[in-house]
Amino acid sequence: MTSSEPVFKTSRQLLAERLKGTLPARCLLVDDEELRPYECDGLTAYRQLPLAVCLPENEAQVIDILRTCHQLGVPVVARGAGTGLSGGAMPHAEGVVLSLARFNRILRVDPKARLAVVQPGVRNLAVSEAAAPHGLYYAPDPSSQIACTLGGNVAENSGGVHCLKYGLTVHNVLRLRVVSVEGEVFEIGSEAPDSPGYDLLALMIGSEGMLGIVTEVTVKLVPRPELARVVMASFDEVAKAGEAVAAIIAAGIIPAGLEMMDKAATAAVEPYVKAGYDLAAAAILLCESDGTPEEVGEEIARVTEVLSAAGARELRVSQTEAERLRFWAGRKAAFPAVGRITPDYYCMDGTIPRKRLAEMLAAIVGMEEKYGLRCANVFHAGDGNLHPLIMYDAAIAGEWQRAESFGAEILELSVALGGSITGEHGVGIEKIAQMCVQYKTPELQTFHRLKTAFDERGLLNPGKAVPSLHRCAEYGRMHVHQGAIKFPELDRF
Amino acid sequence: MALDDLIGRIKTACEKATPLRIRGAGSKDFYGGLLAGELLDVSAYRGVVAYEPSELFITAKCATPLAEIEELLAARGQMLAFEPPHFARATVGGCVASGLAGPRRQQAGGVRDFVLGVKLIDGRGQALDFGGQVMKNVAGYDVSRLVAGSMGTLGLIAEVTLKVLPRPQAEKTLAFDCDEATAIVKLNQWGGQPVPVSASFWHAGRLSLRLSGAFAAVEAASRKLGGEAVVNAENLWNSVREQTHSVFAAPLLWRLALPSATPPLPLKGLSAIEWGGAQRWYAGDLPDIRAVAAGLGGHAVLYRAAESQRCREGAFAPLTPGMLALHRRIKKTFDPKGILNPGRLYAEL
Repeated sequence: MTSSEPVFKTSRQLLAERLKGTLPARCLLVDDEELRPYECDGLTAYRQLPLAVCLPENEAQVIDILRTCHQLGVPVVARGAGTGLSGGAMPHAEGVVLSLARFNRILRVDPKARLAVVQPGVRNLAVSEAAAPHGLYYAPDPSSQIACTLGGNVAENSGGVHCLKYGLTVHNVLRLRVVSVEGEVFEIGSEAPDSPGYDLLALMIGSEGMLGIVTEVTVKLVPRPELARVVMASFDEVAKAGEAVAAIIAAGIIPAGLEMMDKAATAAVEPYVKAGYDLAAAAILLCESDGTPEEVGEEIARVTEVLSAAGARELRVSQTEAERLRFWAGRKAAFPAVGRITPDYYCMDGTIPRKRLAEMLAAIVGMEEKYGLRCANVFHAGDGNLHPLIMYDAAIAGEWQRAESFGAEILELSVALGGSITGEHGVGIEKIAQMCVQYKTPELQTFHRLKTAFDERGLLNPGKAVPSLHRCAEYGRMHVHQGAIKFPELDRF
Repeated sequence: MALDDLIGRIKTACEKATPLRIRGAGSKDFYGGLLAGELLDVSAYRGVVAYEPSELFITAKCATPLAEIEELLAARGQMLAFEPPHFARATVGGCVASGLAGPRRQQAGGVRDFVLGVKLIDGRGQALDFGGQVMKNVAGYDVSRLVAGSMGTLGLIAEVTLKVLPRPQAEKTLAFDCDEATAIVKLNQWGGQPVPVSASFWHAGRLSLRLSGAFAAVEAASRKLGGEAVVNAENLWNSVREQTHSVFAAPLLWRLALPSATPPLPLKGLSAIEWGGAQRWYAGDLPDIRAVAAGLGGHAVLYRAAESQRCREGAFAPLTPGMLALHRRIKKTFDPKGILNPGRLYAEL
């Protein structure tokens, strides 16, 4: 079992020679200039050049690459579109990046069975576009859906703004075809429900490329709702907006989307998209209802009533599809809009029980002061998933380090409030230290043992997702060195 | 009964390599493979630990009766959306371990789709916490969902947190007289349309369809689909969920899971179709059924039969050699001595 970081050593020359034996030249990159675009994913603060990048075009080549790397003991890091935000696809210095970019075909759309079989390099939105002529779509819609791929979605168990009602990737994938590190092909799940044996689909989804390489994904398609409308409500206190979210759920409504933005986020977004947000409000909520026209009419009336009772200062219901899209445009453009007002920003991904929202936001205000950095907050309020955007300037010495500590403190507070360090972006390299806060040694040991059951030599994406116990011990010491334990008032388990 | 008592029992069994048979209420003793080992009766480890309606979760100790949980949820207008059978006394731990869901599965999802977290005592006697009480959590491998349907072979599910959902405002059941082939076609057509179908049951030439949702949505769908409105339909759905319907009385009963649009099978003995065509029940001795199901991309569970037959033929469809080897490695991860419910899922585990 991995109790310390393993060491890998194969020369680029030997690796390239062996890979050239099985791959056409167009599928292999080994020069530094060619490797540069692969040095990081969406988390650009962490960069590393790999020994080589492989761009296989078919499953047989994936098997060959894995067998070669397995024989040589070379780490393999799978990569989709590279839009991940936790550094999960950051290369290993002694390893290969296995890009699935050329696995970009939609193999089958079956309207009768309501499913699509796609290769892992197919973009998320492309699945819904292919299904659209049949009145169907693929429900999970991460913000990066125009670029991110299904393979990456599977690796991270991606969500989006509609997952309270429609579920995460894990609820919408029926089957995976997976190549093991030794080059063995496994069919996991099927088009029929409840496959025999352990639910390996659940284990694979969200495993961050640590257990196998996905070569095919079968996803569920659902009927596109006839109508969607959104209510925009503004509140003069964040706490009131948080209570309004709880009130909607308590009223027995599961909206198609339920999002919150704080004042800093709406201020960043409004000049950019002109959505008509109430800029004087402390927070705004977007609550979407979808379904048949009858259903939507009924639900919107109930939502409006609940939001008014919860003290909304302004309430607007989208009257046309154009207006609905405009209300959403601000939320969907929140990240780039924040990107316009700051040289760099760092996006966090904690989840908390919804009722602790006001507490969390108040703590973030304190952290802004402590670290001398501003933070805008967007929030998948319906499922308690917070995305604080910490603004910093990488060109100013010390700012990135402060942003990183700011982020770490938010994540550790998320755990202390009963939540998790990541809702949908994954642990990757970014939150590896916070895993030591969320889990105790026996759980981490279980994760390592599970990893070993799939990948005995630890070649798939080493150093990501699950920290070594050694690393956690170091992290623990560091915390003690810094003096105070964080949140001393809270119970520790 | 305290958690430490359960931990102690498993630790001792691990040291002595004594096989254990985990049992809550025993309502599913009929299900799965061999019942072997020293009885580990967990029935005293019960009680709801936390229930927060506005956070949409409930956490309960394993032997808490499902009926008790549902009563609590109903008082707040909520439910377990996967409609697990209660079999009068079933417990929440057994519900998750067996992964059995009811009629609403076709709309809402299965047991694993609602598991948010577990406290698991593994075969070493360690209490492990996976997942939690929040809707989204991708830190670490998803062990909580992995244990759903694992028949207690990976650990004792000491505590579980489930996502709960509001009960629909309105429900209405429609009935149609049609043969098997027509029922399958209709169900799949409706599945592709935005109509709120929450359950389906075809038996003896009659298709019953339950609509659930907002009042207006149910009424609109009902007008669109036609059929005959069924009164007191709760009795029907309850008999399907609880398997008290005559269909389930067969002494030899197979459950087929299939791609929902699969046309009628070349097999005798079909007694019911559920889940929009994805679950079909067959009665009788059918030697070819596993091969037929596998050929169509599905699988067959020997749902109800004498224990000797379930042990001989395997209750669950066999795994490929590679998959079985992987299962054994996973089993060993959690239960290195192989003491937890040996043979209950597969003879080799």
